[in-house]
Amino acid sequence: MMNVFAALSTAITASGGEGGEEMPSVLAVPIDELVIGIIAFLVVFGVLGKLALPKIKETLEERTHTIEGGIKRAEEAQAEAQRSLDEYKTLLAQGREEASAIRTQAQADRTAIIEEARTEARAAAAQVTAAAEAQMAAERAQATASLTRQVGEMAVGLAGKVIGQALTDDARVRATVDDFLADLEQQAAR
Amino acid sequence: MSAELVLASGGIDCHLMSGCGFPAPGAEIFQFDAVFSFTVGSLEFNITKVTILLFIVVVVLLSFFLYAFRKPQLVPRGAQNVGELGYLFIRDGIAREAMGKEGDKFVPFLFSFFFLIWMSNFVGIVPFAQIPITSIFAIPVAFALIVYLTWVPLGIYRQGFGPFFKNMLFPPGVPKAMYGLLAPIEFISNIIVRPFTHSVRLFANMFAGHLLIASFSVATFYLISASLIGIMGSVASFAVTIALTGFEILIQALQAYIFTLLTAVYISGALHAEH
Repeated sequence: MMNVFAALSTAITASGGEGGEEMPSVLAVPIDELVIGIIAFLVVFGVLGKLALPKIKETLEERTHTIEGGIKRAEEAQAEAQRSLDEYKTLLAQGREEASAIRTQAQADRTAIIEEARTEARAAAAQVTAAAEAQMAAERAQATASLTRQVGEMAVGLAGKVIGQALTDDARVRATVDDFLADLEQQAAR
Repeated sequence: MSAELVLASGGIDCHLMSGCGFPAPGAEIFQFDAVFSFTVGSLEFNITKVTILLFIVVVVLLSFFLYAFRKPQLVPRGAQNVGELGYLFIRDGIAREAMGKEGDKFVPFLFSFFFLIWMSNFVGIVPFAQIPITSIFAIPVAFALIVYLTWVPLGIYRQGFGPFFKNMLFPPGVPKAMYGLLAPIEFISNIIVRPFTHSVRLFANMFAGHLLIASFSVATFYLISASLIGIMGSVASFAVTIALTGFEILIQALQAYIFTLLTAVYISGALHAEH
């Protein structure tokens, strides 16, 4: 490559010939300048490549990781929130179901209790009625018996007075009275 | 206008109407006398204005990036922001563009080239410096030589000596009969011409840009004279000088980018056979 440059620069110098003062071509490549150029680059490359650029590369990578980490954390938080929401919804549904079951149960219990109370009340009422009826029957029987006797005696007395005879001990009279009374009873029973 | 240029333009008294022809600046504005010299071994080093400027550029460049990246924070601020912008531009815009994820390894290499060349170009419009370091041919040659001595051994190392040259000289998908013609062309274009064009592209752009600005600067100075045409011409030349300086700023960044992008492309070609 150097030969090409050298040849070219000689050619240009030769053709450019301004005469007089010898002026080196602009395409000349002095070795010292070449070396200085190379050293300048190597210094820049060495210092930046060793000291400055690795740091910024690291920082940029760290930043990328931080941003990616942030996104990942946000995603995790979102998933967590979703899970909590699902859990909450499940619990709520369960609660509702339970409440509904309890309500149904209470309804059933209430019906049963009312039914029971009604049955009991009915039984008690029936008992009271029966007792009252029995008492009334007994009282009526007693009243009937006492009445029967009194009516018989009154009738006999009345008849005796009407007929003027003592019918007290007469068996016939007694039979007549009994018949009458039986008729009376029958009428009462009807 | 720098002192060299005043001298080069024919002296302080050379103006239109003063019987002095237009002293068009030439190659001499790229020649600098040695400020001092020393010898290492058998090689004599001539330290010129350009060498000193290159030294300053290196120091400024290293200072800035060492400061910017001294303690990088996850949330960047100040100089780190600017430095990161540069880093990401090289990584995403050049290295990954040319080589994909594999390019990350070469970011420091490309980064150093881009900023060293950009700053060396930029010196061309810095007052008192006013010479693009890269318009001195040896400097782009040095850079291109480093690139050349990087990608050729890298290609041989990665692909093996045989396959490296086979892939380069006999690209697939070409009729066999064409190889007789193609192989020499590929060899000349890749192995011989490539480093030359790589350096000349940068050099010639900076050289031409500087020469243009210098010409219009000299014209501005030369045309100052007691005539309407002279004054108008001087003002117009000055305006063009300013416009060209703005244009140069663009070219400086663009040429640094092109040089670095080509470096990435060459390395990419060395890593994998072209298909």
